[in-house]
Amino acid sequence: MAPDTTRNVKSDALVIAGRGFTSRLLMGSGGYPNQQVLLDSLKAAEPALVTVALRRISLEAYADSLVDLLDGFVLLPNTAGCATVRDAVLTAQLGREALATNWVKLELIGDRETLYPDVEQLLRATEELVKDGFVVLPYCTDDPVICRKLADAGAAAVMPLGSPIGTGLGIINPYAIERICVTSPVPVILDAGIGTASDAAQAMELGCDGVLLNTAVAKARDPSRMAAAMRGAVLAGRDARLAGRIPKRTLAEPSSPQLGLVGG
Amino acid sequence: MSVVISVNGKEELLSAVTVAELLAARGIVRAKGVAVAVNGAVVPAGSWEHSRLASGDQVEIVKPFGGG
Repeated sequence: MAPDTTRNVKSDALVIAGRGFTSRLLMGSGGYPNQQVLLDSLKAAEPALVTVALRRISLEAYADSLVDLLDGFVLLPNTAGCATVRDAVLTAQLGREALATNWVKLELIGDRETLYPDVEQLLRATEELVKDGFVVLPYCTDDPVICRKLADAGAAAVMPLGSPIGTGLGIINPYAIERICVTSPVPVILDAGIGTASDAAQAMELGCDGVLLNTAVAKARDPSRMAAAMRGAVLAGRDARLAGRIPKRTLAEPSSPQLGLVGG
Repeated sequence: MSVVISVNGKEELLSAVTVAELLAARGIVRAKGVAVAVNGAVVPAGSWEHSRLASGDQVEIVKPFGGG
């Protein structure tokens, strides 16, 4: 029997702010070789949400909209690149207007080299946007304390980083991610740092409710194949989490019977 | 006296009366995916027609791009 037919998707939906998603994979849409590869990859990934950035239009040439290309996918505008509460709030409001959604992936960058979030400003922007009626999904550090504060401020989910954006270093502090998953009152989406399928599976095994990734697929040699791998990894990791891993032991324990050995 | 506004960070002489005219001059007539802010406040597409521009206005015109 194929695994997908035994999976009761409805009973294992990812729920954020009361909205259910059948997929636990969230995908970015940046850095693909071309629009066709982006489209093929997203089709292979079957993501719950697809993030997009808001940028100034070119004043010389008004090119076709990404909105038309990604018709059928649920788009999540981000505030990528913003470094102040003011810019992030305005970008979120522009995203709401452009895409007719009150959901936002909130990014507030505090350091250009690591793209680490500025958690102090992130908290303030979260409070402000929640007050303005937004469903806020903040990209944050892998810190259980800031994740709890963000949830207290009204964040609909928290999105701690596995490692810095675009590095592909995987989850550099599994302990912290696991603690966040245990203590967070809202869904935890592992965001940033995923390098390959096992990283995505690990995030789910640690207890994350979902995974958001971009570069690992966009810059893979075969992006749509990697997208399919990520989809499978998230499903496998989720199943492993629900199935319950065995405890780790220091010494071997045989799987075969100890009695009735030939020559015994 | 010339009337200057800033559009996406670039200063230009104001020739449009409304936001809708400013966008039309750039070939943008369809609202889908495009959002506009004037002086830090979003101007909804439904208000482009009667939202008048004035000297010194800071206009931002954005649309979605690929991003993570």
